[in-house]
Amino acid sequence: MSDVLSRIAYRKAVALALAEELERDINVFLIGEDIGKPGGVFKATDGLYKQFGASRIFDTPIAEQAIIGCAIGAAATGLRPVAEIMFADFAGVCYDQIANQLAKFRYQTGGQVAMPVTIRLANGGGIGFGAQHSQTVENWFLNHAGLIICAPSTPADLYGILKSAIRSDNPVLVFEHKGLYEDRGDIEVGKLVPLGVASVVRTGTDVTLVASQLMRKRCAEASEILAGTGIDVELVDPRTILPIDTETVFKSVKKTGRLICVQESPGPGSWGESLVASSATNLFEYFKSPPRTLSSELTPVPFAKSLEHQWSPSVDRIVTEIQKIVAT
Amino acid sequence: MILTRIFENYSEKLYKDGFIRGGLHLANGQEAVTTGVCSLLSLSDTLTCTYRGHGALIAKGSRIDKLFGELLGRENGICKGKGGSMHLTDFSVGVLGSFAVVGAHLPISAGAAFTAKYRGTKDVNVTFFGDGSTNIGAFHETLNMSAVWKLPIVFVCENNLWGEYSPIEETTSTVNLVERGASYGIWSEQVDGNDVLAVREVAKAAISHARSGAGPAFIEAVTYRQKGHSARVDVGRPKEEVDAWMLRDPIIKFERVLLLNGISQADLDNVRNEVDREVSEAVEIAKLWPEPSRAALFEDVVV
Repeated sequence: MSDVLSRIAYRKAVALALAEELERDINVFLIGEDIGKPGGVFKATDGLYKQFGASRIFDTPIAEQAIIGCAIGAAATGLRPVAEIMFADFAGVCYDQIANQLAKFRYQTGGQVAMPVTIRLANGGGIGFGAQHSQTVENWFLNHAGLIICAPSTPADLYGILKSAIRSDNPVLVFEHKGLYEDRGDIEVGKLVPLGVASVVRTGTDVTLVASQLMRKRCAEASEILAGTGIDVELVDPRTILPIDTETVFKSVKKTGRLICVQESPGPGSWGESLVASSATNLFEYFKSPPRTLSSELTPVPFAKSLEHQWSPSVDRIVTEIQKIVAT
Repeated sequence: MILTRIFENYSEKLYKDGFIRGGLHLANGQEAVTTGVCSLLSLSDTLTCTYRGHGALIAKGSRIDKLFGELLGRENGICKGKGGSMHLTDFSVGVLGSFAVVGAHLPISAGAAFTAKYRGTKDVNVTFFGDGSTNIGAFHETLNMSAVWKLPIVFVCENNLWGEYSPIEETTSTVNLVERGASYGIWSEQVDGNDVLAVREVAKAAISHARSGAGPAFIEAVTYRQKGHSARVDVGRPKEEVDAWMLRDPIIKFERVLLLNGISQADLDNVRNEVDREVSEAVEIAKLWPEPSRAALFEDVVV
């Protein structure tokens, strides 16, 4: 029976997973801005520099192309880098390195080399960072074959996915939600979470909700509220966004006949809309009501509290949407 | 040098005859840079280059039939026909890739140099890039980080005076690109990139500097591409300029040195003929290889 650590913060799950992987494999190293001595701007890597030192943890200039490029070159020559992009939005600065270089490296060299690169990115909003520091960036990369994209929601999932990502020979983007860093949960030491596998968070029979990170949390709350009114929600957390686990989602939809993808991002080009499209294509005859997304507004993320709270789907809006779909 | 030149001439013919698809960027005139530098590298040293990179792979020791196979999009090509001329890659000789997003390979090269330092080997990485790359952000990010971390990397700027179809003086704040290396506190030297012996001398110093752990080195090799930016079109360059540089052809220049040192014209002709036969045979072998099957479409996306 392995050890269970109780009430570990989502933030702390990062350092736990990284410490274990750094300990396990000398080829693993960390690279990013202020991740060493300062412990990361979100304190996700706090304590690791003290434990592993400057030979394993590398503070970089503010230079995202150099960070990701260096990780690619290091991986091509046998190391297993874990790079941090401080705010996921800064992926825009190194978009070429991720989308053109990292994602395609193995393919266009005819499989000459693997790309065991893990990139951690602080994702999402809700805490007043404005339009350039609050986005859910996972959707930017959806159609870049070669990448694996994860958006874990709980400390145990984040811990297990990070460990799997580092051990994977493929490039994995792991999005950590900034608004969840203080959330706590139990972690079973050493337990990996497989990439590409969704988790059924709550079973139900009336409607399937698919949501990750902050939206998963709000969906869980909405489901609790509705449980008292006789509406039985099944909540699926995809955990990996690319490739998304359609098998688990489709199984759920076949049971409930209703699907809402709830997401903290505008709809166009999102995993939610892709999932609705593929569900409609494959499961048309199972639907009692048209599948849909509940997305954020198609605007930049606003700064003011009153505006930001209206931007993404709130618990109230999720409740209303569920009531509407169940009534049809 | 002569192998690269003849390889490029055959490539151009294959392109014009419709055997090669997409882009083809010939390195005629720039052979002294890749040859001079790579003559000093060992197998475990790594290298990256640009989409005008055939010469770098040849100089590092790649099999030319596999290179032609890739140019022709055949399943036995060096990248199984998935990369093409702009992405020639050969890990078996330490070539991590040819890169066609200008400047994007510089940070990747720094990563290879990082591995050498991380593991405490004495390997260096050499990265070839054009004058155009020195205007892009990735170049500056890489020079700075490499200098700060004292990475064993040799930056080799193949300054051929033209960025695609624009002359350097219209796009670049200094034509002395060696200044850009020096401005980051990096050991930097300028050299006649059409003089293979001069290139070799400077490269020797640069590589030994990087190998010693003293940090990166930067070479600006001033050269000229005798062909257009791509084999598809050649516009912009004044005829007088091209003619003047043709007189400074690196192969003719080196042949003069050889003739002065007791090599006969007949010897030179023999080498040329022998290389021509070797290249011609490689082309014929590559032409016989099949195109990739549908299954290859889905292979190597992920492990």
